[in-house]
Amino acid sequence: MIPSLPRSTVFKTGTWLYLSAFLIFLFLPLITVAVFAFNDAAYPAPPWHGFTWDWFLGNDAKNRVGLLADDELLNSILTSSIVASFVTLLSLSLGTLNAFLMERVNFKGKTLLATMILVPMVIPGVILGISILAFASNCAELLSQWFGWELEWLRPGLPLVVLGQFSYIAAISTLTIAARLKRFDRTLEEAALNLGASRIAVFVTILLPFLRPALLGAAAMSFLMSFENFNTTVMLVGSDAPLTIEMYGRMREGATPTINAVSVLLMLMSAVIALTLFRRDEPSNP
Amino acid sequence: MRKLTLTVLLIPPILWLGLLIVLPHVQLLALSLRERMEVGVYAYNLNQYKSFFTETVFLETFIRTAIMSALATALTLVIALPMAWIIVKIAKGRGASTLFVMCLLPFWISETIRTLGWMILLRESGVIPQFLVAIGVTAQPIELLYHDATIMMGLVYTSMLFMLVPLINAIETLDNSLIEAAYNLGANNAAIIRTIVLPHALPGITAGCIIVFMLCLGNYLTPTLLGGTHSQWFTEQIYNQFITRFNWEQGSALGFLLLLLSTLMIAIALRLSGQRFTDVMRRA
Repeated sequence: MIPSLPRSTVFKTGTWLYLSAFLIFLFLPLITVAVFAFNDAAYPAPPWHGFTWDWFLGNDAKNRVGLLADDELLNSILTSSIVASFVTLLSLSLGTLNAFLMERVNFKGKTLLATMILVPMVIPGVILGISILAFASNCAELLSQWFGWELEWLRPGLPLVVLGQFSYIAAISTLTIAARLKRFDRTLEEAALNLGASRIAVFVTILLPFLRPALLGAAAMSFLMSFENFNTTVMLVGSDAPLTIEMYGRMREGATPTINAVSVLLMLMSAVIALTLFRRDEPSNP
Repeated sequence: MRKLTLTVLLIPPILWLGLLIVLPHVQLLALSLRERMEVGVYAYNLNQYKSFFTETVFLETFIRTAIMSALATALTLVIALPMAWIIVKIAKGRGASTLFVMCLLPFWISETIRTLGWMILLRESGVIPQFLVAIGVTAQPIELLYHDATIMMGLVYTSMLFMLVPLINAIETLDNSLIEAAYNLGANNAAIIRTIVLPHALPGITAGCIIVFMLCLGNYLTPTLLGGTHSQWFTEQIYNQFITRFNWEQGSALGFLLLLLSTLMIAIALRLSGQRFTDVMRRA
């Protein structure tokens, strides 16, 4: 069971077999996607026809639309990036505020708020999507009836996608930041105040550097979760499709390896974000 | 002054929860209780819920989704538990952290891409069927997509991390000397697992199961892509009512029933393991 107890050969072999099978299961689909981004064939399917950059660089001359020539796909990447930036900004600001309210202040109804903050995380994404869709449409209707305002952003489209994703990503970033804030040693703050530092100076020179890893982590997570969200987005999307929606549409129809190419790019992006975060975490988090 | 500051600071979270969570769900409930008689004229009744029971496709899909999600959750637990054990108790030092990062990495990559990978692997012209023909297991390439088992595998795959992390957190606090003591007193592996490991890991197991079950129940991407037109997933019914048929009243009722089921299962899991909601969520 554990190294300090005798383990039979069967147990050891079994452990290795299980470990290999598990890792193959985890990585096989990703490797497959990456490999077929470079296959010189019209569809991402075996056999291997040789290496090509066509699905990245291809253009009309080659009769293949590579990623760089695929305007729809490029636009959807841009759309996703814009949406994700807004969601990250909103989630990070609200998450920090929530964390301070939870960890540093006492007020009536705090337990209620602490519980409510967790609720968005246990509501299925599809339900979040339809409830926000229904509520926003109803608001748009009423505002138009009562005041004659026509608020386009309450109709399906990117602002609603941002709000829908923000509704639960804010909860996750709150937990990340609050967990770090909980471990803060308040005597540091008191010492600084005793030595004459202003509240703002304490915040900027002590608290913010302490929270930095959590803020960076929460930002990276918010950005990725927004970029990759499908279940909520699909209910709120208008005419501009974010990347996951665009890819989903193409996958249902049997797409060319161009979407493999965009996947490779995204994998690199995720890997870079993940690795920088882990590296940053190590020294401060033994 | 302090009171005023506090009030101002409380406005953003209250707006967030009120406008994006509470009121939308109240609206959803209200929508589900009305019926469109003619343009602009609505009656309030339980007809949308009645049709859930009379139109067999709704009820069947609902039950099917619930059972398959529960099965996927159980399967994920069984597969994740040994891995969590290896990471915490068997691998050492750098090996353990490398292994953990390796388990984490695929989940930094979007579900869409991972599903694309499975589609390329499993479809009739895909990698695995062609491989099976090449090594002589099957004479013709077989279609591995669009089966219930495929959906199940996809759900287990996307859920793995959400089970692994709470399990690792739970097992980390288990003291090795307890296991050594049990061993010295003559307990075999099965007894150690049953009387020490599982009771100790129970909070982690509950947290993982709650999250995975909820994710499976609410998943739309994996069942529709891996299950094709016959996936019959309940979220697909909700999507059809809302987006395709534009029947928001019916869609709201279905959405509310899904929410009810998910909440009920969470409550049951908490009751069975004797834990509190806030503790479980923090653990996850």
